Amino acid sequence: MDLIFEKSVEGKRGFLNPKSDVDVRAEMPSSYKRQKECHLPEVSELDVVRHFTNLSKRNFSVDSNFYPLGSCTMKYNPKFTEDLARLCGFTHLHPLLPQLKQGEKLVQGALGVLYEMDRWLCEITGMDSFTMQPLAGAHGELTGVMMMAAYHKSKGNKKKYIVVPDSSHGTNPATAAIAGYEIVCVPSDKNGVMDLSRLQEKITDEMAGFMLTCPNTHGIFNSNIDKITEMVHAVDGIMYYDGANLNAIMGRFRPGDVGFDVMHVNLHKTFATPHGGGGPGAGPVGVKEKLIPYLPISRVVRKEDGTYSLNYDYPDSIGYIASFYGNFGVILRAYAYLLLLGKEGLKEASNHAVLNANYIKERLKKHFALPYDHICMHEVVLSAATQAKSGVHAIDIAKFLIDKGIHPPTVYFPLTVQEAIMIEPTETESKQTLDHFIQAMVEADELSVTEPSAFKDLPKTMPISRPDETKAARDIDTNYFAEKPC
Amino acid sequence: MASYIGNTQKDVQDMLKVIGVKSIDDLFQDIKPRHASQSFDLPAGKSEFEVVECFRRLASQNAAHLIPFIGGGYYDHYIPAAVDAIISRAEFYTAYTPYQPECSQGTLQALYEFQSSICTLTGMEVANASLYDGGTALYEAAMMALRLTNRKKVLLDGGVSPIYRKILKSYTGNLHYEFQETSVAHGQSHRQEMEELLDENTAAVILQNPNFFGAIDDHSDIIKKAHELGVLAIESVYPIALGLIKTPGEMGADIVTGEGQSLGLPLNFGGPYLGFMATRKEFIRKMPGRIVGQTVDQEGRRCFVNTLQAREQHIRREKATSNICTNMSLCALQAVIYMSLLGKEGFKELAQLNLDKAEFARRMMERIKGVEVIRSSQTFNEFTVRLSKDASGVVEAMIGKGFAAGFPLGRYYKGMDNYMIVAVTEKRTKEEILRYVESLDEVLNKSNHCSSNRKEHVAS
Repeated sequence: MDLIFEKSVEGKRGFLNPKSDVDVRAEMPSSYKRQKECHLPEVSELDVVRHFTNLSKRNFSVDSNFYPLGSCTMKYNPKFTEDLARLCGFTHLHPLLPQLKQGEKLVQGALGVLYEMDRWLCEITGMDSFTMQPLAGAHGELTGVMMMAAYHKSKGNKKKYIVVPDSSHGTNPATAAIAGYEIVCVPSDKNGVMDLSRLQEKITDEMAGFMLTCPNTHGIFNSNIDKITEMVHAVDGIMYYDGANLNAIMGRFRPGDVGFDVMHVNLHKTFATPHGGGGPGAGPVGVKEKLIPYLPISRVVRKEDGTYSLNYDYPDSIGYIASFYGNFGVILRAYAYLLLLGKEGLKEASNHAVLNANYIKERLKKHFALPYDHICMHEVVLSAATQAKSGVHAIDIAKFLIDKGIHPPTVYFPLTVQEAIMIEPTETESKQTLDHFIQAMVEADELSVTEPSAFKDLPKTMPISRPDETKAARDIDTNYFAEKPC
Repeated sequence: MASYIGNTQKDVQDMLKVIGVKSIDDLFQDIKPRHASQSFDLPAGKSEFEVVECFRRLASQNAAHLIPFIGGGYYDHYIPAAVDAIISRAEFYTAYTPYQPECSQGTLQALYEFQSSICTLTGMEVANASLYDGGTALYEAAMMALRLTNRKKVLLDGGVSPIYRKILKSYTGNLHYEFQETSVAHGQSHRQEMEELLDENTAAVILQNPNFFGAIDDHSDIIKKAHELGVLAIESVYPIALGLIKTPGEMGADIVTGEGQSLGLPLNFGGPYLGFMATRKEFIRKMPGRIVGQTVDQEGRRCFVNTLQAREQHIRREKATSNICTNMSLCALQAVIYMSLLGKEGFKELAQLNLDKAEFARRMMERIKGVEVIRSSQTFNEFTVRLSKDASGVVEAMIGKGFAAGFPLGRYYKGMDNYMIVAVTEKRTKEEILRYVESLDEVLNKSNHCSSNRKEHVAS
């Protein structure tokens, strides 16, 4: 499809600015003036609308396709939350208003939402206090690890490294490294959970903390979780809970009850806010009491008279981690979702998320290798290792599914499983949809036996076939206006 | 069903039978009783209607009606309706990161167009597909410069947003980097201090244009000096101003970041916003965040993919350039739609309109007793004024008159209690500006606020 720039016709306008109603025409001195033309397109409003509408048709999305992308919790995003987040009482609110004298009075509704979200998340996770500021899951991780560092610093602990399991999300080691720690990795055992004896070897006085996803990325809940927290706490290590998989355990298990000290929650996963093609998300971080002094500023507090205010006076705080109070528009949607579901709805969401994943596992384990044959939580990891022997790899299965109108599961992650296919159906999908998916997977398996070469040209129903990724990385073209490589 | 569950009771029974367990509870057997939730004391669910009512009440408790003359890096610009109409298409907003390019060309091409628009706007060669916000983007730029140069020191202009400066310092608190700050001279970057502090241990100098006081600067001389010492120049910009003012590319900047809120995103009480980053082509492999590249498919047709992923956390883990995963795709889409609608001429006009309205407001304000408009440097749509009274008190009084009158500088700058910055965008009408000036006059000169108290027109 043509680029919007290629549709440009000199003289076309997509939007008219208001005519100036002041009789001043100021001149920007030439020394400060831009000399080179800015090549934004010249197109009509209809050109723009049609261009992007046609682009939108080139996407799979939750509203149009089953989207069992493991680790991403692509559940249905309710429509009413979109309306609520667009109320002008929220959208028109300037973020600096509460920083004016008496300015908190101007934003009581907004501060109330932040405060109430904190309370809800504490009760769901067993933590003592949340900051709503982190703007994504990975940003939450960084905030959490920074608090970990501040805690050790204040206690005079000499800590050097953070331990992560080999099945962890890539963000965990990346975050720990960026926060200034070395990384030590613990392998999984044959059951797909972390090897406790190997963990014990890694625990020394220099261990700052441990980052764990539970259930882990194999979809398995670690029954030794309380032992692990004891081992880590014995050296004054901090237990970090990666909340990416919170959708599995609501109402059943709270990280705060078994010794986790800090965690993040991905509102865009568990609490149904739209993923937006890759953001905006939101990654609030919760802590137990011992880390409260280090929470970022500002913090929302409720005063005795029931009004809310922002407090900046926390001398041990790690400081500012974002410009303001979090991705407020995302928080609003998540809050509306929480109010709607309530206690029973949240528990039911986890129940069906786990039921759906186990159903897929049972139906597909005859067709695909199952590295860990164990009751799974909200997601299941299969392997295309058998199919790979005839040359059909996980990526080929993925492309086959695209032609069936299904967004592929996560492939090649976790790294611990060869030819991994990581499936997370979520609770909002029905048995009928799962059956359709299972049928497609079975067909893929059958085709891998009868005609393995058929996969190489898939998908065939999309506007494009498989892209040349090597060329993309070699002849780098990321800007239409750049001089093209010769 | 309230939790948007897809299965019926019969489905549940059929599925349990396939799995070979009696109840859903059996699926949670790995969660031992000693791990079980100690509490889950939450309210019961509500109907959609009840939640809507609750939100209407909450929204009404916010003073969104105030006419904003407040900016500070976040501005009240008009957003054409087509922006929201397009981003409301579920094909965009309910998709995720384009891991599978064949069924994500919509998002990928839009991001490529976003990157290209940011490049032409900033005068740079390459841009990424977005970062969280302007403040965290600047932090990522500083980290990128530290990686590129292998040096430990960063020089920070005092005109950079105080919020951004606080963010930079929080993130590097546990790392062994040194931040040196320079002061501001006549509103602009302090050349002499910069020159004294720039040395061969400096990784980067961080500048902002226009700066927090609203002053426009040409940083070419500082950047030239920096380059002589192998120092990288990072420039944080306000994108709307770039319709008119010298681009960071023209000044020779190495890394450009900015807050993209003004490009079609509502103020939204601080987010979601949009961080953007652009740089030189030679640095692309050290740039954080997702990058979309153009390539061809098996038939040689143009298509787009996430490229240079070897920089990223899901491949490189602890060796990644950043821990960033989710970015701000939908906000980047908002921005590229906005920029496309405004277009080449509209964007220039918009910048000129902002400049004109602000200049009109300045001239009107200069007529009031007790207001000194600081004219020591060129400005765009935001400017500094010194009041005869404490600015925070004046702004508080102006709220009573229906205005968010500006941002008092005393909050972040010592000794500037009587100063505030005032922003005037294209949305402020002549009538609003005149009413604002009149109200300010009343607040400042309350005891005797008839016209005789007005100064004669002060020529600048």
